[in-house]
This record gives sequence, C-alpha cells and structure tokens, in this order.
Amino acid sequence: MPLSREHQQRFQKALYARGWAGYNWPVEYGGTGWSLVQKYLFQKEMADANMPAIVPFGLGMVGPIIYTYGSAEQKQRFLPDILASNTWWCQGYSEPGSGSDLASLKTRAERDGDHYIVNGTKTWTTLAQHADWIFCLVRTSSDSARRQDGISFLLVDMATPGVSVRPIITIDGSHEINEVHFDAVRVPRDNLVGEEGKGWTYGKVLLQHERTGTAGVARTQYRLRELRAQAGRSVRGAAPLSNDANFMRKIAAVEVELKALEYTELRTLAAVTSGKAPGAESSILKFKGTELQQAVDELYLEAAGYYALPYVPEQYVYDFPDQDRVGEGVETDAAPRYFNFRKASIYGGSNEIQKNIIAKHVLGL
Amino acid sequence: MDFSLNEFQAMLSDSVAKFVSNEYDFETRQASAAAPRGFNDAIWQNFCDLGWTALPFSEAEGGLDGGPIETMLLMQHFGRGLVVEPYLANIVLAGGVLRRLASDTQKSRWLAPIIAGELQAALAFAEPQSRYDIGDIGTTATRDADGWLINGSKAVVLNGGNAELLIIPAVLDGVSLFAVAADTDGVTRRRYSTVDGATAAEITLRNVRVDSGALLGTAGDGLATLEAVLDEAILAVCAEGVGIMQALTEKTVEYSKNRVQFGVPIGSFQALQHRMVDMFTATEQSYSLLLWATMASAAAADDAKRAVSAIKYQIGTAGKRVGQEAVQLHGGMGMSWEFDVGHYFKRLTVIGQLFGNADWHLDRLAQ
Ligand SMILES: Cc1cc2nc3c(=O)[nH]c(=O)nc-3n(C[C@H](O)[C@H](O)[C@H](O)COP(=O)(O)OP(=O)(O)OC[C@H]3O[C@@H](n4cnc5c(N)ncnc54)[C@H](O)[C@@H]3O)c2cc1C
Repeated sequence: MPLSREHQQRFQKALYARGWAGYNWPVEYGGTGWSLVQKYLFQKEMADANMPAIVPFGLGMVGPIIYTYGSAEQKQRFLPDILASNTWWCQGYSEPGSGSDLASLKTRAERDGDHYIVNGTKTWTTLAQHADWIFCLVRTSSDSARRQDGISFLLVDMATPGVSVRPIITIDGSHEINEVHFDAVRVPRDNLVGEEGKGWTYGKVLLQHERTGTAGVARTQYRLRELRAQAGRSVRGAAPLSNDANFMRKIAAVEVELKALEYTELRTLAAVTSGKAPGAESSILKFKGTELQQAVDELYLEAAGYYALPYVPEQYVYDFPDQDRVGEGVETDAAPRYFNFRKASIYGGSNEIQKNIIAKHVLGL
Repeated sequence: MDFSLNEFQAMLSDSVAKFVSNEYDFETRQASAAAPRGFNDAIWQNFCDLGWTALPFSEAEGGLDGGPIETMLLMQHFGRGLVVEPYLANIVLAGGVLRRLASDTQKSRWLAPIIAGELQAALAFAEPQSRYDIGDIGTTATRDADGWLINGSKAVVLNGGNAELLIIPAVLDGVSLFAVAADTDGVTRRRYSTVDGATAAEITLRNVRVDSGALLGTAGDGLATLEAVLDEAILAVCAEGVGIMQALTEKTVEYSKNRVQFGVPIGSFQALQHRMVDMFTATEQSYSLLLWATMASAAAADDAKRAVSAIKYQIGTAGKRVGQEAVQLHGGMGMSWEFDVGHYFKRLTVIGQLFGNADWHLDRLAQ
C-alpha cells in the first residue's frame, strides 16, 4: 500500500540515520561502499521484512548520475540533500509523443546567455506532485546527425516560474503520475549535467539501472508467502483455500519460476563479482520479474473472489484499522493493486522493448 | 445453422446499439458512475420507457416475453458502451427470482415498480464465507408468530446499497427466498463503490422480522431458483463481456494504426500484430461459445448447464488476456483513468470474478 510523502520520508530518513540510505553509493559520497553481494543481501533483507521500497528517483537514479557525471559544484550542492531525503526528485523522460521511442523527444532547451529556456511537456511523471526537482532529457540541438546526440541531461527546480503539474489518475484511482509542462522556464546552465549532447548516454546508463533493478524477486516471494499463509487458514468461516488443489498448484508454479529467476539473478551477481561482464541472462531480469509480479497479483485477485469487487480508497493505507476493512488481508486491495501493477510491464522500457533488445543484442537477430 | 434474428430481435438490437453510440459516450458513462447512486436516474428511466426493463418478463407481468437471446443482444451492446446502470441486479437477478417465484400480489408490490423504474432491487446471493457456492448459506429464517425472523450476513450485494427491495436466501426447510424491504428494522448496510464503477454493499440482518407475505414461492424452492437465475446472469454478463472484448479489440487495433513511434505506426510491428490477431481470435471464439450457450439455454437443451460453464470459463480466461493486452498495447494511455480502455478492462475483470471464476467453472465441466 502506498505511503504518503511524510511517511515515505520518515522511512528513508530512518535508513539515512543508520547509514543505509546510500546502500548503493560509494563511500566518498556518503554511501556504504558495499559490494554487489552486500547490496543484494540488503535488498533481500528489506524485502523479507516487508519494508517500503525506496523511491528510486533521487537515491537510485539522479544521485548516481550526479556523482558519476556531475561537476564538483553539483555534487556538493545536490548529493547531501538527496542522501538525507531532504529533496525529492522525479524523472522527466517520457513525453506524449515519445514513450518507447524516447530519442524522438521534443522538449527544447535553448541557450540564452547563461540560461536555458525550456519549453515542452513531460508526461507519466511519477510523484512529480511531491517533487522539488525534476531531472530531464531535453533537446539542445536538432541538427545532430543522430537524434540521440542532440539530447542533454538537465536538472530543473520545480519551483521555477513556468513549471506546472497536472495530475493524471491511474485506472486504480490513485494519483501517482502527472503531466509536467514547461512554459519558457529559465534554467541556469549550471544545472546541465556533464556535456551538452551527452544526455542520452547518461540516461541510458540509468535505464540500465532501472532494468536490472526491478526484478524484485524477493518482494514477489514475500507476497506469495503472505498469500500462502492466508490460503492456509479459514477466512470468515470459509474452508481454507489450500483445500483447492488447483489454486495451490498455481501458487507452486509461480514459486518455481521465482526460484529460477532468483538463481538467474545470482548467476549475474556471481559473474560480476568475479570480474566478468553480466551474462546474457541478466537481460531477462526486468521483464520476467514484472511478469511474475503480475502473476502473483492475479493470484491475489483469484483468492479474493467477490471481495475483489469493493473499491474503498480510504482503506488502501497501511494504518487503516483492520476491523473496519472490507475484505481481509490479501483481499483488501487485490484488485486496485492488480490494475495498478499493469504499469510494471509498460514503464522502464516496456516488456516488448526489452524483448526487442534481447532479440537484437543478445540473440543477434 | 440459422443465426438470423427475428424482427423483434433485430429491432431491439438496433435500438440498443443506437442508444449506446448516440447517447452513451464515455463521458456520459463516467458521469453515471460518479452520480450519488452510481448510475443516472434519467437514463434508467429511459431504459424503462424503451421497454428494456420489461424485456424478460411475460406479457401478464407487463413484460415483452423476451428470453436468453433478447437479453444477450441487449447486454452485448451494453458491454460495448460499458453501461453502468444496474440492469443485471434489478432485471436479471432480482427480476429473475420474482418472475419465477412471486405470487401475483408480490409481483404487483415488487416487480411492477422495478419494471417501471420506481424501485431498486438486489439479490443477495453471496455470503462472507460462501465464495462461489450459492448453496453455502448461513443466514437462517425461523418461524415467528405469523412470519419469520431472519438472521445472517450477505456479502458484496450488487446494487445492495441502492436497493429498496432485498431478496434474501435463508435456510428454512432447505433454502428459501424472502423479499425484505431494505428499511426493515434490523437491516444494516455498508455501502461502497466497486472497482468497475458500480456499487455494492455488505448487509447484516439481525432479528429482521418479516410477515408471511415475504416468502417467495414455497419454502425450500430457493436453491433451484437461485441456480437457474444465476445461470441466466452468467449468460448476461458473458454477453456483456463479449461486447467489451469486441470494443477493446477494435480500440486497440485503431490505436495501433494511429500511434506513431520510431517513425511508424506501432501497428506495423509484427510482434504487436500477432498479439492483436490473438485478441481478435479470442473474441471471435468467445462470441461463438456465447451463441451456443445462449441458444442451448433458450431451447432448454440437455447440455445448457455445461454450455453456461463453458462460456463463463472462456470469458474468464480469454477476457483476462484481451483486457491485459488492450492495456499493454496502449502503453501509458491504457493506465489512465481519463481514457476508456482501462475501465473496460476493469469491468471485464469483475465479470471474471462474478458467479464463479474460470477455475470454478472448469471444475464443473471436469466433473
Ligand atoms: C505508471 C507509470 C509511471 C511512469 N513513470 C514515469 C516517470 O516517472 N518518468 C518517465 O519519464 N516516464 C514514466 N513512465 C512512462 C513510461 O516509461 C512509458 O509509458 C513507456 O516508455 C511506454 O511509452 P508509451 O506509454 O508512450 O507507449 P508507446 O511507446 O506508445 O507503446 C505502446 C505499445 O507499443 C509497444 N511498442 C512500442 N514500440 C514497439 C516496438 N518497436 N516493438 C514492439 N512493440 C512496441 C509498447 O511496448 C506498448 O505496448 C511511466 C509510465 C507509467 C504507466
């Protein structure tokens, strides 16, 4: 269940206090400097303890871009507040006309002295309504030979005049995403990360992050354990669902697939740890991970039966009193969650795009 | 085989299709869903004026003598238009019980005002523990003076929060059905919206006292009637489901012709073409089964019950795939509340959950 910004911030600040906020970051920027294996174990422990997910845009995405490609001044200015979750970020890549074909993006940043003037529209922007900053891919030149070469990586303060945010409600009824308009927004040239025209390269590194970081095996396994536990007991006096062999077989089948993906992930980890490049198997992590996440959402829906129908928005928060909920345990938000997580096979490079990449770059087709 | 419609059927189909395309666009539908009762009173009244609420009832009851085929035609177009007005709850479910069991007095008290749109009704066929087993009933009726005392809980009662009439199955000499006015002392309701834009309620009955006129039919008639009515309801929602699948397939194909990425319409990618061919095929196969099941039912054929389970299984599985694919192929648009595709997908999902999911009906077929 989604947390409010306040709750999410409290959680991330608690991680910060333990020195874990930058579990992914090098020591020199305040991170843990952990090895891949340590990071993996941390993520797994977090999932096993059903901790909230860290909002990725600051700590997972723009932070690493800034410490890898940013200037000394940018590192000083932005990194400490990202690490402490003082500032909140959102990701401005997609546009109405540019989704899968991101390189066709049209938001323009034109030089005007020591500023850029930004005009255009970003869309599907997750949590823009809470964000203090947005990192954008913008077009700084339209006469490069490759479309990709005219793209730059720009940091924009959401409070700048000319930036406006319009909510987009998703089919489950929640407000996670937004349209962000830029109307002659003046952005200091100091906010350009790295070199002009290199934004695509930096952005792609990020997408790579996003693609391997979303297998979420341990989280899906946790949800499946919750389902198994509920299936094992009587709900409202009904016979336990575990009496239904068909249903239990479906749970078992997803467990098998998840175990396979867990070991695929471990193979990737082993390769990288021993100094090799991740093998071809790593390319399946994102899309297979989302498929299994969605398969579990379907099982929740099946388990809920008629209790998948109620739509009671006020109960989709973690601190709603259990006795007042319509439906019990895994039933409570089974349907909204199922609807909402159809997004997982669309964002961060859709499953179709993942398969195109694998066909081309892994299978050489 | 002769699949042609008679004159009445053709006229009916035509008029529902016209209503949906001329008077019930997506904005109208969303406004209906957002209205206080989850539907638009004027539109409901219009359904009455057009005779649609009288469709399955006999002439003696003030109806049009329609059967499964007429209901199928209407529901299929309702599916295409994603009509949220409570036809299923009032006419197919509550009406289906009253048509079978109610005495003339009960019909004039309850059925006539339903047909006239003056009264909302609901059939409480599920209980908190029952899942899809309509025979699993914990609610009891005990004799009390010249009537009965009813105690129990009913789950996810479609239209239950709006209904002035609740039809309550309770254990009395087997299963018996009672017509209970929703404002009777001891009835409490927790009303909520449902994920498909309609409404439902949790209903508790504590020492609810009803008089002898509340029993529908004779005591013990309830289960057979419930089974027959729910089979009709399955055919109705499957027809609606086929309408939705047709709409989703058409919308997805259309979208893919217009949405340009990488300099070409996304519909030119073979990976997506095959997926849309699969959507189209699943929809056509579903329509074929729907026709078989509906005609078997209309003819009271020996295999009618199996046919009902077959189409429900089909809509549960193929409907899920078509719904998911429609959203996926629309990308972010498919995830937006402001766009219609996601709402079709949600209704199709609910249809999959109603009256036994795919596995439930596959079990029935496997026995
Ligand atoms: C909930 C949600 C949150 C999001 N958050 C963010 C965010 O914070 N920041 C951000 O920048 N973006 C975000 N996105 C946008 C997301 O990255 C895009 O939706 C995604 O890239 C797909 O683009 P599109 O929606 O324009 O679909 P399109 O690109 O139009 O694709 C439509 C369909 O065509 C398929 N397709 C396209 N090209 C091909 C091809 N060559 N071969 C085969 N199939 C193809 C797609 O897979 C999809 O099924 C979010 C999206 C969602 C739904």
